[in-house]
Amino acid sequence: MTLTDMQIVAKAVRDVPAGSYVNLGIGMPVTALDLWRDDDSVVIHSENGILGMRALDPEEPGDPDVVNAGKQPVAVREGAAYFHHADSFAMMRGGHLDYSILGAYQVSAAGDIANWSLGKAGMIPAVGGAMDLVVGAKNVWVVMRHLTRDGGPRLVESCTMPLTGAHVVRRVYTDLATIDVGGEGFVVTEISPDVTVAELRAATDAPLQFAPGVLAHQEQKDGAQA
Amino acid sequence: MSRRTLDKVSASVDEAVADVPDGATVLVSGFGTSGQPIELIEALVRQGARGLTVVCNNSGTGDSGLGKLIRLGRVEKLIASYARGPQNQAFEEAYAQRRIAYECVPQGTLAERLRAAGAGLGGFLTPTGFGTELTEGKETRIIDGRGFVLEAPLPGDFALVGAHRADVLGNVTYRKAGRNFGPLMCMAGATAIVQVDEVVAAGGIDPECVVTPGIFVSRVVTIEPTGKEG
Repeated sequence: MTLTDMQIVAKAVRDVPAGSYVNLGIGMPVTALDLWRDDDSVVIHSENGILGMRALDPEEPGDPDVVNAGKQPVAVREGAAYFHHADSFAMMRGGHLDYSILGAYQVSAAGDIANWSLGKAGMIPAVGGAMDLVVGAKNVWVVMRHLTRDGGPRLVESCTMPLTGAHVVRRVYTDLATIDVGGEGFVVTEISPDVTVAELRAATDAPLQFAPGVLAHQEQKDGAQA
Repeated sequence: MSRRTLDKVSASVDEAVADVPDGATVLVSGFGTSGQPIELIEALVRQGARGLTVVCNNSGTGDSGLGKLIRLGRVEKLIASYARGPQNQAFEEAYAQRRIAYECVPQGTLAERLRAAGAGLGGFLTPTGFGTELTEGKETRIIDGRGFVLEAPLPGDFALVGAHRADVLGNVTYRKAGRNFGPLMCMAGATAIVQVDEVVAAGGIDPECVVTPGIFVSRVVTIEPTGKEG
């Protein structure tokens, strides 16, 4: 059984230490606001000039000047701050953010990420803050499904879509696994329940290594299934 | 010399934008509709200037403001980071019909290019976009093993900015995240025009709380109250 989108996001939320400054990309990542709804141990940054963003409570009215990067209404916690765009992007580029959690179309074994353009002719190029979010944060994490809707790989040897940034991604959370990305390519640190190594390899278009203990745990699972 | 010569209050949004010429570069604040100077853009629509280069994070929402300006063919070129959205038909049509030129700039680079213009810098080196197609052809440098792209300042002839409160000397405060590009565009625009919910007398804004100092602002104009709370 693979994980739902929310369960993928929950793995990343689980691994962010208290006291962190975190940016959440549009799409799947920003749903983490709901998981942090009752937890103020992290400070969430929004590119449009907010530190201390939180999800609206049910029935709480929104404010047109308090929105997230996807321009959806949000709210702020006690101790929030507003600031202009040059400061906001200095927080990213300047290495002040601890975590930038993004969605992606493709991530390569070298840590390259493609998440801003499908590279199709005629589409209006629209990059927003994506390229800034991948260059400065201390940790760039990706949350995404392991395969495309058509069943194609998203974890690849090298990206075929236009790059957002090169050598920047540190970790990828998918429905099938959690994978660290570094100098040695993809290193699997966690496999989802009922997913086999063979399935994981088949769904990944690049060599996989396994962190100590992951395979031993997997063999126990395989043994139990046999 | 009297303080009165520093009074920057315009009587109306139409008066405030009356001298924007054809071919001007106009900086427009806002992130989506947050901080967007919709009344000033509507006044620019009525004023009729054309052949404009507009710098804005987005490309307008619906058929008012920037969307209308684009639909009427007044905008020759748009410089934006994210010219896409659910209510973006005016730009989409103009782009598809090749009636408008478009430069897509990473959002942080857009902000910093405006700041550089306002700060008198000749440009800056940024890691954003290095090695991507958005920075193809630009000058690059490797510093401590890391790639950087040389980006140019982005000045405007005019800036149209949405804010919350101003005093008669042009000191400005903003409302929540509506601040976004406003302070940068005030710096980068040769003539910065700020629309606010309320203009107060000198001294009506605590100097500790001023976000954009009046030296960056040429004109302030009050719009009809929107009912938003401070």
